[in-house]
Amino acid sequence: MNIIVCIKQVPDTTQVRIDPQTNTLVREGVQSIINPFDMYAIEEGVRLKEKYGGKTTVITMGPPQAENALRDAIALGCDEAILVSDRAFAGSDTLATSYTLTAAIKKIREFDMIICGKQASDGDTAQVGPGISAHLDIPQVTYVKKIEEIKDKTATVERMTEEGFEILKTPLPCLITVVKEINEPRIPSLKGMMRAKKATITSWKAIDLEIEEVRLGLNGSPTQVVKIFTPAPRPKGQIFDGPADEAAHKLAQALKDILQ
Amino acid sequence: MNIKVIVDKCVGCTLCVKVCPFGAISMQGKKAVIDLDKCTLCGACVETCKFGAIEIKRTSKQTENIQDYKGVWVFGEQKKGVVQPVVFELLGKARELAQKLHTDVSCVLIGHNVKARAQELIQRGADTVYIVDSADLENFLDEPYSKILTHLARKYRPEVLLCGATFIGRALVSRVAVKLHTGLTADCTGLDIDPKEKLLLQTRPAFGGNIMATIITKNFRPQMATVRHKVMKEIEVDASRKGKIIEETFDKPFFASRTKILDIVEEVGSTVNLAEADIIVSGGRGMRGPENFPLLEELAQTINGAVGASRAAVDSGWMPYSHQVGQTGKTVCPKIYFACGISGQIQHLVGMQSSKIIVAINQDPQAPIFNVATYGIVGDLFQVVPLLTKEFKKALNK
Repeated sequence: MNIIVCIKQVPDTTQVRIDPQTNTLVREGVQSIINPFDMYAIEEGVRLKEKYGGKTTVITMGPPQAENALRDAIALGCDEAILVSDRAFAGSDTLATSYTLTAAIKKIREFDMIICGKQASDGDTAQVGPGISAHLDIPQVTYVKKIEEIKDKTATVERMTEEGFEILKTPLPCLITVVKEINEPRIPSLKGMMRAKKATITSWKAIDLEIEEVRLGLNGSPTQVVKIFTPAPRPKGQIFDGPADEAAHKLAQALKDILQ
Repeated sequence: MNIKVIVDKCVGCTLCVKVCPFGAISMQGKKAVIDLDKCTLCGACVETCKFGAIEIKRTSKQTENIQDYKGVWVFGEQKKGVVQPVVFELLGKARELAQKLHTDVSCVLIGHNVKARAQELIQRGADTVYIVDSADLENFLDEPYSKILTHLARKYRPEVLLCGATFIGRALVSRVAVKLHTGLTADCTGLDIDPKEKLLLQTRPAFGGNIMATIITKNFRPQMATVRHKVMKEIEVDASRKGKIIEETFDKPFFASRTKILDIVEEVGSTVNLAEADIIVSGGRGMRGPENFPLLEELAQTINGAVGASRAAVDSGWMPYSHQVGQTGKTVCPKIYFACGISGQIQHLVGMQSSKIIVAINQDPQAPIFNVATYGIVGDLFQVVPLLTKEFKKALNK
């Protein structure tokens, strides 16, 4: 079974701060990490390979330093890593990103399953995974919380819904996006870390892929950001102190009208 | 134009003739011929052709005939024949946008035996309801639903297409946007029309809510967005509103799905659906164990709320993952959010800080949750929560 895991390197949003003077993101000193949801995608990709045999290839599109994220993925058990990086890709929105990743996946050619995290923690769009499956015209199942079994080139999976979950059967090759519930990612082993250090990362630029230039990067992105601003801070709250029964009474009175 | 039939590859199967929404393809001498006056470069034929015999080269940096795109569309998500509440919220917003654009509002309803719902959609703001009804469409499936919505958008060319940022919505329109080759903005919390250029201004949180970004899709149509639950206002039901109901028919191949549903499991407890809840009562590490969550359940029941949990509580196995609020769980924005024994780590805040009212109950007065709280009680939740339940029962005469 050949698996492709798509990951994204993101700034650790828990460290992002706003410069109150300039109203811009302070990215300095903010660590880059693998998107939290992609950790579950990597783990699932590695587990499937361990169970069914084959190979797990991890792929990312991003700046040259995204190579670090790929090495981390190798440390966690991925076999091969591909960095898709070119200045021509800069400014890609989800359409251009899914188009570019699709071109790279077509170049890899052989795969049974593509696994993506549910969404990335910086953009939170959840659009690139389904975008790739649309470009490739393969079946997709989003929000997968469990792979029940893979047999006869068919996967049985559980997809989370608002009310519970659905059990779906889908032929391979397919694309799934995964949620946290699917597994518990492992800690990289010492052997894995050694391997990651020595691993050769394949690097593809725009010219290595069969793509139309007009569909890349900023030019190939239908959406454009016209304004960025900080949300209005929440007004200062009211603390009810005193004995618990008094405080509870005051709070209930404050909320009574909204509840009725 | 940039579309052509590769004559050597065309076998004369006529699939493209049938699928073209604009009647632009005919057969001449067993080969497909495209009438360039009618063709809009929508791409339906390219996808349908099994032989790769039709090609579109995209050099233009905008949707062809962009000025022809008119109207605001809402995807009418339904489950088991019940239209989801977020659709009504979207219809309310769509009315406001349509007024500013001097156009009308349409709703697309895909399902089985759903025609009876159309009137309600009209009463809630739709001028036209497009219905696609088939037993094959009873439950959402990515492939047929996206094929149908794509086809309708190509045929009728709406300038705006809105969809709830639900599990279904996000999976569906991501695929549709790629097929239509247009922009899609996820998880919007604000929508407006730019008065000068008449473009859809799509505002959404990014970087875990640390910043807000306003996004436009200037040169491509439709302008597509998914919208969060509970942020748009539905309009009042107007029983006298009139509208058109149009039933669209499709050939069988449109209903085909490689993915099949084996079972739909609804988890016990009506309180799980956090996204639609007006009130959420969440517990964190301070709950100390699963045996204490009934305290929150009782409070939630009293005020008609759902029960949520922080990552700490879920990772400890006290609550199922479907209840988790925060970065690796769900993003919610209820009217009132109770954080009980939750310290307020940034990972939790990004999932709930757009709630209208936040109530924090925590022993530690320094807990960061108090920075975002509208109301706070510093105290022992095991004391405060039962008292609160009692007070609410009294105040609400329960």
